[in-house]
Amino acid sequence: MNAPIKNKLLKGETSEWEIVIGMEVHAQILSQSKLFSGASTTFGAEPNNNVSFIDAGFPGMLPVINEKCVEQAVRTGLGLKAKINLRSLFDRKNYFYPDLPQGYQISQYKDPIVGEGEVLIDLKDGESIKVGIERLHLEQDAGKSLHDQHPDHSFVDLNRSGIALMEIVTKPHMRTSEEAAAFLKKLRAIVRYLGTCDGNMDEGSMRADVNVSVCRVGGYDEFRKTGSFKTLGTRCEIKNVNSMRFIAQAVEYEARRQIEVIEGGGTIAQETRLYDSKLGETRSMRSKEEAHDYRYFPDPDLLPLEFEQSWVDAIAKTLPELPDEKKARFVKGGLSPYDASVLVAERELADYYEELAKGVDAKAAANWLNNEILGRLNRDGLSITDVPVSAAANNAIIQMISDQTISGKIAKDLLDIVWTEGGDPRQVVEARGMKQVTDTGAIDAAIEAVIAANPDKVEEVKAKPKLSAWFVGQVMKQTGGKANPVAVNAALKTRLNLPDEG
Amino acid sequence: MSDLISMTLAEARDAIRAKKISSRELTGAFVSAIEKARPLNAFITEAGEQALTMADAADKRIAAGQIGALEGLPLAIKDLFCTKGVRTTAASKILGNFVPPYESTVTQNLWDAGAVMLGKTNLDEFAMGSSNETSAFGNVINPWRAKNSNVNLVPGGSSGGSSAAVAADLCLAATGTDTGGSIRQPAAVTGRVGLKPTYGRCSRFGVVAFASSLDQAGPMTKTVKDAAIMLKTMASVDAKDSTSVDIEVPDYEKLLEGGIKGLRVGIPKEYRIDGVPAEINALWTRGAEWLKAQGAEIVEVSLPHTKYALPTYYIVAPAEASSNLARYDGVKFGYRAEGVRDITDLYEKSRGQGFGAEVQRRILIGTYVLSAGYYDAYYSRAQKLRTLIKRDFEQAFEKCDVLLTPTTPGPAFGVGAKTSDPLEMYLQDVFTVTVNLAGLPGISVPAGLSENGLPLGLQLIGKAFDEATLLRAALAVETAADFKHSPAKWWSV
Repeated sequence: MNAPIKNKLLKGETSEWEIVIGMEVHAQILSQSKLFSGASTTFGAEPNNNVSFIDAGFPGMLPVINEKCVEQAVRTGLGLKAKINLRSLFDRKNYFYPDLPQGYQISQYKDPIVGEGEVLIDLKDGESIKVGIERLHLEQDAGKSLHDQHPDHSFVDLNRSGIALMEIVTKPHMRTSEEAAAFLKKLRAIVRYLGTCDGNMDEGSMRADVNVSVCRVGGYDEFRKTGSFKTLGTRCEIKNVNSMRFIAQAVEYEARRQIEVIEGGGTIAQETRLYDSKLGETRSMRSKEEAHDYRYFPDPDLLPLEFEQSWVDAIAKTLPELPDEKKARFVKGGLSPYDASVLVAERELADYYEELAKGVDAKAAANWLNNEILGRLNRDGLSITDVPVSAAANNAIIQMISDQTISGKIAKDLLDIVWTEGGDPRQVVEARGMKQVTDTGAIDAAIEAVIAANPDKVEEVKAKPKLSAWFVGQVMKQTGGKANPVAVNAALKTRLNLPDEG
Repeated sequence: MSDLISMTLAEARDAIRAKKISSRELTGAFVSAIEKARPLNAFITEAGEQALTMADAADKRIAAGQIGALEGLPLAIKDLFCTKGVRTTAASKILGNFVPPYESTVTQNLWDAGAVMLGKTNLDEFAMGSSNETSAFGNVINPWRAKNSNVNLVPGGSSGGSSAAVAADLCLAATGTDTGGSIRQPAAVTGRVGLKPTYGRCSRFGVVAFASSLDQAGPMTKTVKDAAIMLKTMASVDAKDSTSVDIEVPDYEKLLEGGIKGLRVGIPKEYRIDGVPAEINALWTRGAEWLKAQGAEIVEVSLPHTKYALPTYYIVAPAEASSNLARYDGVKFGYRAEGVRDITDLYEKSRGQGFGAEVQRRILIGTYVLSAGYYDAYYSRAQKLRTLIKRDFEQAFEKCDVLLTPTTPGPAFGVGAKTSDPLEMYLQDVFTVTVNLAGLPGISVPAGLSENGLPLGLQLIGKAFDEATLLRAALAVETAADFKHSPAKWWSV
């Protein structure tokens, strides 16, 4: 499964290095209300409008677990093919910050709700690798401090305070910046398929902390064999990298920085670093010594989180088909693995494709989607959810191509028409006389007309059969582009007595 | 008027129902008694006007035949319960003039039953103390004085304002909270009844948290029967408190009847502690004899981990407190220090100025025992001991139905007598903390006077959620002790 590591090495001044990457992803759970309060989770509300007394840490307030959030975490765990823990605990992570009203974050420390799982990622060269999931746990989000609203005051917005997050922690199983970005993309696809997180990185619904270390060639294999971290380098954690592109850039920069330090005779200090997307570099935030002592302990306000296996089984039954299974099905239906993986990356795209491909050739449908529809969406800056022509309408167009009602060229014109003007493709074809002419009588008449007008060309083509293409073009012109080119070719050959290979 | 205020809760209830008195009359009598008793400093906030309004509303309901379980009965509320629209302080400067926009579930239950709120009683700051001397609003004076003495004594703590208010006839009954003995100890040293229910019996929603796994609200009353009446209304399962328990709340008053014939009463041998005065042990022995005389069977039992209870408590409770009190940071509500440089300075000054010495001590202890490198040595071991202490009780309850012990190691002591030595102060809870650690119900019943004429209590400990049996045993002690003493009302003259 894992290809030779050759292309995963990074060249330093003196030797080659391996990069090892692990990730902690914070994914905001899709739910109406917060993890421990009834306050709304709507994004973009006026500051401090979605805040209950619980979220604001008022005296005597107590957290009450939101069952929907627990269900969403279990659902995600199942989607990650992970172990679901029927008993888990909530702990308090204590630290002072103005946007943390209780003075602690309720999280799961020792006993998370979801244990080990895995995510399969597809790389461009067709390689697939498994990234191990260490755990998934539930925790509260903090509020937001606003430092740019007033010259000497800071403001706090608690709308986000108490919103449910899933922290998904991977094993250090990624080896290149491409893999890291591909992992996050795949994870995003999975939670979006599951409906447990909207994956919206711009709104902060998904944020990643990336752990990067470098080691000598062979160190990683040794780690996979023994499970001992000794053969890996010291890791640095890069906080809050909030786009796929930045992840790749941050990993690349950080790995090169570490190699430079080590090759220069220095050592890597375990620390938390911040990625500056403007400068394209990481810089130190705090060292291990400055790290907070969070004084974790079990939250006495909450009982252990316990549920039955039957409840988990019931959730499992409602799971949708996930990207991997969908991809396998698409491949079985005739698509290349690459085409299939592109289509399943977004559930909406895959759904659109499925409707588009009903009863027509899979490959033809995929090509039509990739070349015609996605091309036009790209041109217009639209996404698949706002495509102006329905999948059913496109399906009709493809059918008309395959039953030779229209030519491929006319089909593109047809799509342009319905794209901008709307309408039913079949009716447009009828109304505008776009049907392909396969009637040999009409074609023969056109051929005779072309021959009569160009007697010199007839002699030329007999000597040089390749010139028949010129005749085909003229006949097409004569028929207003509606003649079936295959039929035209065949009729020309017979009429001009051309050899087959001509 | 003094007849009105010296009534028990049950007597007043019956008088109101029989329309012999109105709630307004009764409430008015308490409002004026509270005004006269200001030297005791039992109340942080008097709510006389509001009380009379509530009383009038109750009288209207009574006239309309809508009579709740506590209709028109004036109560005092420990100032740890959040009361909507009425300042709630936890006896701390750090809450400033915090006025909760919500009501605690326990007090809501009381108002729903028709009760009247007289005011908010004083307590040790954040309920941390055994003498009501850590309050930012000044200490409370025990209505009791020793024989031939004018020395001011402490009313116990942390529910010292409530205990003083009940003993001085400033209310029919009061609410308290008990984390390590804060209901039972003050009840004992003021000669009244204090009941700490099973953990989870009363909702903690809206009660300012001290140590969440130990805190429990309960009634402080003149009689055992009054405690039964109060508990019935205070207790409830609550969707807003995940640790409240969904077990039916029975009619405790009705279940008082029937006597204790055949009841097995355990005497834990480890509760004979060196240095405890002989009169305490003598009272304990007498208590056992009273119960035996009424048909109970006395059995000796062992609670071998008792000696670890205080150290365990003083790790668990401060640990939870250090986290629970982190929200008082000068940012959102309550006290904020002036003239600060930055956020760290704001935290340090607000908390340094806002919290008193005892609260700061416990926050420091709690922070320390949870710190990396110390967690296993302290917090983790304390949790293990807590499990062992719980198991001690489970094993003891295989042999008996209730346990009988002293409530405190001595009677009320003088103001300032123990403030310089925290460890000696902590010893006040030696007989009561085990009950909180095990989550069990416990009650203190006045059982006699010390040599110098001060009240002493006996404690009964019951099985989880078996408050009914506990109250029946308590009634037997109360009946036999026939404690009729009340403090002279020296403050009114």
